[in-house]
Amino acid sequence: MSGKTDKAGRPIVVITGAGVVTSLGQGKADNWARLTAGESGIHNITRFATDNLKTRISGSVDFLKVDPFSAPSLTETLAATAAEEAVAQSNIGSRGDFPGPLFLAMPPVELEWAQRIEIAGKLNQENNGYDALLSVSGASQFAPYHERFLFGSVADHLADRFGTKGSPISLSTACASGASAIQLGIEAIRRGETDAALCIASDGSINAESLVRFSLLSALSTSNDNPQGAAKPFSKNRDGFVMAEGAGALVLESLESAQARGATILGIMEGAGEMADSFHRTRSSPDGKPIVGCIRNALADAGLVPDDIDYINPHGTGTSENDKMEAVGVMTVFGERAKQIPMSSNKSMVGHTLSAAGAVEAVFSLLTLEHQRIPPTINYNIPDPAIPIDVVPNVARDGRVTHVISNSFGFGGQNVSLVMAREPA
Amino acid sequence: MADTQREALITGIGIVSCLGEGADAHWQALSAAQPRADTTAFAPYIVHPMAPLDYDKQIPKKGDQRQMEPWQRIGTYAAGLALESAGVKGNAELLAKMDMIVAAGGGERDLAVDSAILSGRGKAPSPDAFLNERMMNDLRPTLFLAQLSNLLAGNISIVHNVTGSSRTFMGEESSGIDAVRIAVSRINAGQSDLVLVGGAHNGERWDLLMLYEFGHHNLKDKFAPVWERGPNGGFALGSMGAFLVLESRAHAEARGAKALAKISSIASDRSKRQPGTVTAALKKLWDGVAQRLKPGQFAVVSGASGAEPATSEERTFLTGQAKAPIRATGTYIGHGMEPQFPMNIALAAAVVSRGKLFPPGDKSGVESPTEAAVTQVVVTGVGHWRGESLALVENAG
Repeated sequence: MSGKTDKAGRPIVVITGAGVVTSLGQGKADNWARLTAGESGIHNITRFATDNLKTRISGSVDFLKVDPFSAPSLTETLAATAAEEAVAQSNIGSRGDFPGPLFLAMPPVELEWAQRIEIAGKLNQENNGYDALLSVSGASQFAPYHERFLFGSVADHLADRFGTKGSPISLSTACASGASAIQLGIEAIRRGETDAALCIASDGSINAESLVRFSLLSALSTSNDNPQGAAKPFSKNRDGFVMAEGAGALVLESLESAQARGATILGIMEGAGEMADSFHRTRSSPDGKPIVGCIRNALADAGLVPDDIDYINPHGTGTSENDKMEAVGVMTVFGERAKQIPMSSNKSMVGHTLSAAGAVEAVFSLLTLEHQRIPPTINYNIPDPAIPIDVVPNVARDGRVTHVISNSFGFGGQNVSLVMAREPA
Repeated sequence: MADTQREALITGIGIVSCLGEGADAHWQALSAAQPRADTTAFAPYIVHPMAPLDYDKQIPKKGDQRQMEPWQRIGTYAAGLALESAGVKGNAELLAKMDMIVAAGGGERDLAVDSAILSGRGKAPSPDAFLNERMMNDLRPTLFLAQLSNLLAGNISIVHNVTGSSRTFMGEESSGIDAVRIAVSRINAGQSDLVLVGGAHNGERWDLLMLYEFGHHNLKDKFAPVWERGPNGGFALGSMGAFLVLESRAHAEARGAKALAKISSIASDRSKRQPGTVTAALKKLWDGVAQRLKPGQFAVVSGASGAEPATSEERTFLTGQAKAPIRATGTYIGHGMEPQFPMNIALAAAVVSRGKLFPPGDKSGVESPTEAAVTQVVVTGVGHWRGESLALVENAG
């Protein structure tokens, strides 16, 4: 590395602003306090009726006002809340004039039951076939639903609010989406297209149908009687993930640009790696090769070797499959050291924020670097002998953390890892 | 571009639509100037239905086909065609490093389940409990994956083994535009050598017609070419899949791949869609490529959808500025949202590789006949609600 570029001669990418919202609260300070206290944000669902559902708990974010309510509207509000914090901290550009593109990770959008029921109400008849629904869909009262339920309108509204430049990119790589948004930002800065990028990942998509969808795939914890104890990553008695909502936002900037304007550098985005898995729609290749390849690609991109990593922020969902395969991948890459490197799952406390997870956990990784303190994996009472890893059980601890790797894996064979540091290597 | 070795060449094309399968079939249908629209299946709405495809040819396992809804099958099929066309299908070494960017919306709903729930919930003692019960019992577990946006890419990984990377962009027309833009940028910058980029759309869907009916965007009652749809306009949804294999010149030459065309320039923007903003956005984008254009040798392949006022603004701009023959493919293949732009890049490549343009498809005077040789095509992409783009596709040289 010479000055402003990394070992590969590319612009060094730094973080100058970060924001986060989860079921634990709004903002970095609240989240960090509760995360390091080992608190859970998981609770009984009150947003909708849970009769006949197998899972009745979540980490929904219920403290932000959204009216009228819909998944894209809550996703937009969560994204804006996290991004306001990030942009304010970075003090970049001027208000409503962010000097770079927007990369937004978000859940897919579709018309929801509330609207479908409203439209059927206009028919008021026995036949609710789609041809009948369509015949009344042009009524003026439904006109706002066009914009709201396009995939592009969340990013469009955020681009207006923050004044980002160019065509905003909305993306999904399922539960790796947040990391992909950050990766796109890193790449844009390295290409020299921009000095800064606003990377946001947000998910406010908990409703009855989305919960049913994951439930039918047997992916969710059904520990309804003990919501705060339901998310049990890496434990032998783990029984699925807990759906959650939230958003994470990062202002990425070239080191050169950040230094030139005297910005405070919060951390370095050293590298990103990915590798798709062609084995199955929801399961990882049994040999772990794509996860291993993803982690190795990220380390190579960062110009590091496994020995450089001293904290792993895992995907750690709490499903039987994910945690087992992630441990296999980590043990393959890090060998004997895998048993000593702390690896704690934020999802034990905030649940699985789905499209937002990669960015939420990047913000938590940044805070881990800043405070040199490692949040725990809570609800870790029954170790899984197949996962002989230091999960930082139940209680946060201080630790020397110089380079973090944060993993995100998703349905559809999506694997992305990010490597972050406090100071330039 | 200073470094020709980093130029983004098109080395593979996989396209399917109502016009058939592959670049040749599309060329023949466009040359015959016969739009294929269906005015009855979704009457009064007009759609362009997918031509019959033998899915076994690109998705050999029936089990895989069953896991997909039509939009994913269309896309996975088109992706296979593109890989075949580029000569990389089944090449494990190249597929393992091939990057992928897919532009996707969401998948089809189970219409029967939705309608039954809507009809039954009013009579249920607790409508919400009824909704939950019916969803838990009646939704197929695999339907979720067949609807999920990033699972087109997932299916392409599974069926065709593309595993270098996998990213899915969402956001209607802009997602297809920006997928190609990012792919080209990565190749130009040396971040990637080989990219599969494209998307798929099933336009034969009641639930999608509903979404666009909210905005009064559907073409109804009578088919007309996109430039001739009057003040209220409207688009006819089209089923289509369009994938491109893009490759750095250095990589293509090293493996002896034939270049069908190159993408020399691509830029996108987002205007606020006040009167005149589409025109202004197109003007700015046009100024970005104007210096590269060779008068008398270029044509415009427009992605105009028929949606208003976007289409009128594009027409005004092009007829005033382009000074070149114009063709709107939407007249023939309909409007496919996410894959529309990749499809038009593919059709532009077909034009420059043949060195000539297909005949006009309207009688309003926007499109006029030409016998001139065509070495460059400006491709426009104007979203029905947001997003403007221009790309320059040229003979690969």
